[in-house]
Amino acid sequence: MIRYIFTRIGYMMITLFIIILLSFLLMKALPGSPFNDERLPETQKELLYKKYGLDKPVPVQFGIYLSNLVQGDLGVSFVFDNRPVTKIIQERIGASAILGFQAVFVGTIIGLLLGIVAALKHNTIIDYGATVLAVLGISIPSFVFAGFLQYWVGVKLGWLPIAFWNGFEYSILPTIALAVGVVATIARFTRIEMLEVLNQEYILTAQSKGLSNSYIITKHGIRNALIPIITIIGPLTVNTITGSLVIEKIFSIPGLGEQFVNSIITNDYQLIMGTTIFYAVLFVSVILIIDILYGFIDPRIRVAGGE
Amino acid sequence: MKTILEVKNLSVSFNTYSGEVQAVRNVSFDLYEGETLAIVGESGSGKSVTSKSLLRLNPRETTMIKNGQIFYHHKNILDYSEQQMRGLRGAEISMIFQDPMTALNPTMTIGSQIAESIKKHTSLRGMQIIERVIELLQLVGIKEADKRYKQYPHQFSGGMRQRIVIAMALACEPRIIIADEPTTALDVSIQAQILELLKNIQKKMNLSIIFITHDLGVVAKMADRVAVMYAGKIVEIGLVDEIFYHCQHPYTQGLLAAMPNPDIDSESLYAIPGTPPNLLQPPVGDAFAARNKQALKIDFLEEPPMFKISDTHYAATWLLHKQAPPLLPVHQQLAQEKQKEREEKPLFDTNNPFLSLKEVKQYFKLGKNTINKAIDGITFDIYKGEIFGLVGESGCGKSTTGRSIIGLNTITDGTIQIDGQSIYDAQTKQEKLAFHRKVQMIFQDPYSSLNPRMKIADIIGEGLAIHGVPKSEWKTNIYELLDIVGLTKEYANRYPHELSGGQRQRIGIARALAVEPELIIADEPISALDVSIQAQIVNLLKKLQKERGLTYLFIAHDLSMVKYISNRIGVMHRGKIVELAESQELYDHPIHPYTKSLLSAIPLPDPKLERERQRIIFDEVKYNANDRANEKFIEVRPGHFVMLTEDELMQYHQTSAKGILL
Amino acid sequence: MTAKITEETKHYPADLFELASQADIVSDIVHRPEQSFWQDAWRGLRKNKAAIVGLCIIIFVILLAVFGPFMNNHGYDEQNITRTNLPPKVPVLEHLPFLGLNGVDGRGVDQYEKKGITEYFWFGTDELGRDLWTRIWQGTRISLYIAFLAATIDLIIGVAYGAISAFYGGRTDNVMQRVIEVLVGITGLIVNILLILILKPGIISITLAMVIVGWISMARIVRAQILKLKSYEYVLASRTLGASNQRLIWKHLIPNTLGPIIVATTFTIPGAIFTEALLSFIGLGLQPPTASLGTIVNDSYKLLRIYPHGMIVSSIIISLIMISFNLLGDGLRDAFDPKVRK
Repeated sequence: MIRYIFTRIGYMMITLFIIILLSFLLMKALPGSPFNDERLPETQKELLYKKYGLDKPVPVQFGIYLSNLVQGDLGVSFVFDNRPVTKIIQERIGASAILGFQAVFVGTIIGLLLGIVAALKHNTIIDYGATVLAVLGISIPSFVFAGFLQYWVGVKLGWLPIAFWNGFEYSILPTIALAVGVVATIARFTRIEMLEVLNQEYILTAQSKGLSNSYIITKHGIRNALIPIITIIGPLTVNTITGSLVIEKIFSIPGLGEQFVNSIITNDYQLIMGTTIFYAVLFVSVILIIDILYGFIDPRIRVAGGE
Repeated sequence: MKTILEVKNLSVSFNTYSGEVQAVRNVSFDLYEGETLAIVGESGSGKSVTSKSLLRLNPRETTMIKNGQIFYHHKNILDYSEQQMRGLRGAEISMIFQDPMTALNPTMTIGSQIAESIKKHTSLRGMQIIERVIELLQLVGIKEADKRYKQYPHQFSGGMRQRIVIAMALACEPRIIIADEPTTALDVSIQAQILELLKNIQKKMNLSIIFITHDLGVVAKMADRVAVMYAGKIVEIGLVDEIFYHCQHPYTQGLLAAMPNPDIDSESLYAIPGTPPNLLQPPVGDAFAARNKQALKIDFLEEPPMFKISDTHYAATWLLHKQAPPLLPVHQQLAQEKQKEREEKPLFDTNNPFLSLKEVKQYFKLGKNTINKAIDGITFDIYKGEIFGLVGESGCGKSTTGRSIIGLNTITDGTIQIDGQSIYDAQTKQEKLAFHRKVQMIFQDPYSSLNPRMKIADIIGEGLAIHGVPKSEWKTNIYELLDIVGLTKEYANRYPHELSGGQRQRIGIARALAVEPELIIADEPISALDVSIQAQIVNLLKKLQKERGLTYLFIAHDLSMVKYISNRIGVMHRGKIVELAESQELYDHPIHPYTKSLLSAIPLPDPKLERERQRIIFDEVKYNANDRANEKFIEVRPGHFVMLTEDELMQYHQTSAKGILL
Repeated sequence: MTAKITEETKHYPADLFELASQADIVSDIVHRPEQSFWQDAWRGLRKNKAAIVGLCIIIFVILLAVFGPFMNNHGYDEQNITRTNLPPKVPVLEHLPFLGLNGVDGRGVDQYEKKGITEYFWFGTDELGRDLWTRIWQGTRISLYIAFLAATIDLIIGVAYGAISAFYGGRTDNVMQRVIEVLVGITGLIVNILLILILKPGIISITLAMVIVGWISMARIVRAQILKLKSYEYVLASRTLGASNQRLIWKHLIPNTLGPIIVATTFTIPGAIFTEALLSFIGLGLQPPTASLGTIVNDSYKLLRIYPHGMIVSSIIISLIMISFNLLGDGLRDAFDPKVRK
């Protein structure tokens, strides 16, 4: 197990290295990026040359870039008056984290319920209803859904604020918009897993013991169906990050996603790179944690076989 | 005898994609206290559905109980509410399922799985439950039960898991146990252990057992009474001796005749022609009539009633009607004919073996430091025209041997020669093709051995295409091959999924024959088939061998079938051949302890014999404690080789000198 | 024993107890409909109404994407500031006011009358007075083109990679799987963004960006399936007959992997459409004058509060496409999966 974890961390490092290399090369290649922007004032250029050793050979430059990264220095944003990117991320991550957690939390609970009920009522109107909902949730792009939510619930009905971030009620609409995808993904997966588990022979064994249906469903059904659901946390994280870019922009939430989209529009390359690397680290860590978690939760992996 | 369960006119149907399947049709039987009633039948005969109906465990959405009553203690349980039913399940009637690998929840400790029903049906709580669990585990023969009850199913072997399933069924001291093919997924020696365990517990607890199986040997060993099911009906029911020695229904007769009996040396097995009917449209009259060569006209018109033969013996066949003509059963007619044409022992050219293996080793690397020694130094020859049987339990390396010979694996060490040439000599494309023309293989699983995307003609024709037979000749070749394996031309344009298991296996044989091989490796070719179909395939293989002078390596776990078909047999154990002899010799004078135990573990379709037989237990620990590193493959009797150490050989000579022939 | 024994004594005509002639004995053929794999899958798919509806919508949308722009006289890039932001107006349907297709905007003003326009704009116009009908179908065409292109490239790379990895196995497989393990950790969106920043937005660059990690899931599916098939006995049988690798791959492995490949591709397409739209939304979409569904949704989103018709129409169409492909994919998965049908 320990060896396994170390190999996983090894792969994680390679993955990150590739992303960082890619971002570095991007900086070198793009005209208008801080590394080769002709319009930069001389003082800033000197600063950069000194900091990144731009007069040295490219591999050395990359080494300097890497060592800066390891120390948590993601560079400075030129659009935001040379403020360190790390600082900007720190300021911005709060709103994004709250939004993300709320959406994942609400979405997971509703998704699980929907999936389980659909599986238990297999081939009934409830099952079809849940399936339709799930297909809609997966199919309708988040920005479409968010846009109309904002338009009807916010503007037309005027029930909830449609922009900014000044308290809980401001987070309701964006949370719903972001949670829809989560609900759909989890409901679909749970339904399939539940159906699979309920068809297993050990469910029949449990029935032949005279146990009640609700007991069998919770103890034998849901428990076994939930284990593989851990594996979709990875894609779910990606979806939530992706979703947050759009949702935060639509609802003008001062989060990391909105910042990221803006930095793309304003060509703030340092900030783009910094955020990209941050997202990459986040995602790779999530994958790693899932892998380890899975090993601990499933006794078939946790406990080595006998005989 | 007290009746404990009474089933009356039970009919059960399933809704499927293609319509209503009448799985159980008007079945009636009684179960007495303390007895074992075996329900025998082929796949699709309705035996499992019947047994699940007794606990109402068939899936509710698709199953309809059309008719009938099931009385337990004189109350019709089909009228019970779900709540009442749950009080019955596990407490009064419990069930043992076929596959111990899937019958246990993989994420729950075995202790808590056993405890579940104790908690539900008894007043025991807390430590009492744990004590009861441990007691049950000890009862079913699990050592260190006080530690192992905390383990998960995957930490137990298949046989151990089946014991746990049994412990679970016994947890609340039920009155009836329904065992649905409880040993089908297990090796013979494990099967013997589990059967004995069930018998002992039955005696101890005065249980009634309904034992569902397709294996007549197991029936002979276990049953007090037998019900034979065919096409959703009970066609014959009676005491075990009545069924085995005085059966009346042509289906029962055919089934029994289709089993090879190692004690009777017969030249050809009786095979029931055809396949069981489709229960979407059950046939009118006697469902078996279509496969009965001596069917009466009335068999196609009217369903036969249950005729009484004795107080305990009933059969549903018009042959018992007072107007019926006296007929000698088909298989007995055949047997009489065959008796006349008994041949002499065939002679083989023993100096020039067709296939020759010398010290062959096949190791597989599993991890960095673990090596699986699938074959660990085996040496044997197969002569031209011979059928050589290779037997052993799962994982002994018998299938690997077959695959190594045909080149699907590259061996680690040793030599394999075919016709005097090493199989690795073939280098050029031409030489390789020539090798493949010499050796062909027949596979086990009739469902995965045919490409579902190809028509039968293309499957059989694949060999012709690969070996450059001109396209214009394919058609005649394919029709000829279909004819050889007993199928009509019409099959050429069909897809595999339209065929039954036995028909698919015939296609597999035709595919191998297409390149006119000299040696055929048959890897468990009949183990996935129903008894009545097995005989068809074995007869076909034997006929082909005679007509075309083929040589076979016949790999199987079913010793009685191997003994029936083979000239010589090799017994494999843990990657080694431990004993090799002519089949009759091996059967009459087994020497190696493993062979002895294997032979004694096979249940024979002969209840009287089964009652007398003692099982010989192979003590692996004691066996390994001997000086195994210096064991040798010694010719103890003419043509009879055994893997023995010096001590064991001496022991053998001492005992045989005293005249005690083991 | 409770068997009925009344018939035992009943008398029957004697000839019924003669042996039946051999002709009465039914021959040994299982009566099952003769069907190829494709017919069988199609039969399974046909039973799934949602999938068929999805398929019909996809065909309809593709037809409109091809012919829609030619159905009126407006060019997709034809600007005219005298007719900006017109709501939809459709002949005949304009008489059913609740449909909102009568050229009357959210405030109840008939914009056509006000601006004196006699033409009909079926989907209305945008802020530059361009005909939305033409633009949307033109955009759909581009979006579908990108999606199909990306799916095709994913398919080619994924199938080749997965098949080679699984077929040759051993060290080859090991190395190829390590590469995949590294790539899996890279989020698609991040690579998309980085690459488009380098390559500048355009049909080819967007497609390439999507392909760069998109093929991985296809490769994994194909590899898993071929690994499974490799141990199937019909593949072994073909090997023992002396079949060449080409024969094994093309006759046995690929045909039996087609099901999962088709299903995966069906799901790739809506994914690609979504990604393209998302990129447009965060400012990395196609540059004008080229328009895709994503850029149209993005442009009309800005006008949502004043002139919602553009957003409504384009959203409905993009959602419809996504839903249809997902429904079809679900249906195909069931149709190809023998476990579901019995």
